[in-house]
Amino acid sequence: MRRGWTFLAGATATMLLAAGAQAQVSDDVVKLGVLNDQSGVYADLAGHGSVEAARMAVEDFGGTVLGKSIEVISADHQNKPDVGANIVNQWIDVDQVDAVVDVPTSSVALAVQEITRQKNRVHLNSTGGTSDLTGKACSPTTAHWTYDTFALANGTGRAVVQDGGESWFFLTADYAFGHALERDTAAAVEAAGGQVLGTVRHPFPNNDFSSFLLQAQASGSNVIGLANAGGDTINAIKQAREFGITQAGQRLAGLLIFLSDIHSLGLETAQGLVLTTGFYWDLDDETRAWSKRFAERNNGRMPTMVQAGVYSAVLHYLRAIEAAGTDEAKAVMAKMKELPIDDFFAKNGKLRQDGRMVHDMYLVQVKTPEESKGPWDYYKILRTIPGDEAFRPLQDGNCPLVQ
Amino acid sequence: MVEILGVPIQALFGQLLLGLINGSFYAVLSLGLALIFGLLNIINFAHGAQYMMGAFVAWLSLRYLGLGYWYALVIAPLVVGLFGILIERLLLKHLYHLDHLYGLLLTFGLALIFEGIFREIYGISGQPYAVPAELAGGYNLGFMFLPLYRGWVVVAAFAACLGTWLLIEKTKLGSYLRAATENPKLVQAFGINVPLLVTLTYGFGAALAAFAGVLAAPIYSVNPLMGSNLIIVVFAVVVIGGMGSILGAVVTGFGLGLIEGLTKVFYPEASNTVIFVIMAIVLLLKPAGLFGRTA
Repeated sequence: MRRGWTFLAGATATMLLAAGAQAQVSDDVVKLGVLNDQSGVYADLAGHGSVEAARMAVEDFGGTVLGKSIEVISADHQNKPDVGANIVNQWIDVDQVDAVVDVPTSSVALAVQEITRQKNRVHLNSTGGTSDLTGKACSPTTAHWTYDTFALANGTGRAVVQDGGESWFFLTADYAFGHALERDTAAAVEAAGGQVLGTVRHPFPNNDFSSFLLQAQASGSNVIGLANAGGDTINAIKQAREFGITQAGQRLAGLLIFLSDIHSLGLETAQGLVLTTGFYWDLDDETRAWSKRFAERNNGRMPTMVQAGVYSAVLHYLRAIEAAGTDEAKAVMAKMKELPIDDFFAKNGKLRQDGRMVHDMYLVQVKTPEESKGPWDYYKILRTIPGDEAFRPLQDGNCPLVQ
Repeated sequence: MVEILGVPIQALFGQLLLGLINGSFYAVLSLGLALIFGLLNIINFAHGAQYMMGAFVAWLSLRYLGLGYWYALVIAPLVVGLFGILIERLLLKHLYHLDHLYGLLLTFGLALIFEGIFREIYGISGQPYAVPAELAGGYNLGFMFLPLYRGWVVVAAFAACLGTWLLIEKTKLGSYLRAATENPKLVQAFGINVPLLVTLTYGFGAALAAFAGVLAAPIYSVNPLMGSNLIIVVFAVVVIGGMGSILGAVVTGFGLGLIEGLTKVFYPEASNTVIFVIMAIVLLLKPAGLFGRTA
């Protein structure tokens, strides 16, 4: 009789222990899905480079967490919300993906955020722009890592107004990101004492900006604000030069510009542009060391801010899994918000309650061809914008998670 | 200042001129497509890729051979035309007796392959290609600043269309082509080498696309996506103009460019879709297209 009870107690204890071990990592693997544009207008600023950055983070972390392996897969959402949503649904339902990473194109990011919120998976967004991701659409399992439209608007918008660019006309990509960037920048411009004369919405993506630039010219504003990104911004800047708009005295404010855009435009065309960025490869020895490692895996191309952001976000996520002892989304996110972020990408970075990762931003200006000492030597730092000043205050976002 | 629907008339003229410039590209590209469809009955989806390759040949000639824009205007059509002839000889000629759909699928597949290859090698941000020095700068027309190069594009496109029309309507070779379109077997019975004619026509169509590509290189960045962005609109233009009609393609190309330009002024968000709305209307009212003849 006593032996029976001992046996039962032993068996129960073993079962409980075994159940406990299995609850640590779902499906015995931590899978990261890097979802971005790999063939369209945003392919160069994130694309394959972001996938490499995620792989680098996994390798540097050691390749396993809590004794289980870590896998990185990727897919192309083609800048279409329905395609992105289908991919993420399949990833979560069938492929056991635990975290969706990167996600440029705000319309896709918002769609993905809804799915990850409902299905309780982590959304590490590095490249999506809209500040709504931590505002009215905020989610308890999202970390918005590198930048957002508010930080860009505040950084560039305010600096340009203070430098004399008081009247603005916007050239806006007609989708979620363009609208958000235009809205945030208009607010920043007006708060700094400037005024917005008008706006024109162009289709996304677009090839020919001549007609829209002509309307901007006719408005007579000091500044033409480009509320678009990637291939659209590159074409708009080139064509503005072609139509004599910059030579006639109006200045262009590129609200979202990446290192890859400057590389494509060339310093001859891009010199003098003022922009806000979350990272630059040539800031200090640590950033230089990491960036050179990245460039070796990325055809010699230096990282854009969002690719560096992917590395930082994935590394922090893996550390949080280890600290939390599980890969369940809400528990990991709680740990991510508890642990400080201190790596080459963000010193004194903090993940806030609404999902916003607050870190220093940089106001930079593009060098002239004479000032640049070599390829990828494109920026000079005008000012470091402290995180708390750069990003929208926690209580102003209308995020339901913030009481 | 006179205003129409809230837009100053000066701004309107500027937009119309821009629309005409866009229309030039539509016209040259739809001309090539209409030619190929008229004689070969092949819907050449690779046209956009051939346009893109023309621009890339121009860029490559400048980068590696040091040959400038004016050489590229001749070299690119030749190279892409020869490549087109190769495609026709090796692949397309097996499909003539089959349904249209097979030709469409094959050329669509080819377009994806070519664009994929260029995208792998060059990325999508685009390669810079400068406006040639002779055409740099521009004129202040009062209502807008017209870059000289854009004015040249309209002239060159118009010249290409006129030249092609003269070739087809006024020369002996053109008359063989027109006859072969109507009744290839009879023409062959007269001793004319119809397969050669067909091959040359496809090559010529591809060359026209490449010519448009060289014209586009200085203004739109030379990137692998440039063809796919344009080709869907060009197809709509050809459908509206009438699938086999040369005159229809040219007139509709310029005309729709103008309409698109107007839309960009009054309701810019719709500028991408207005051509398709017109296509839907035309198909409902006159399915053969504005200048087409029902078979």
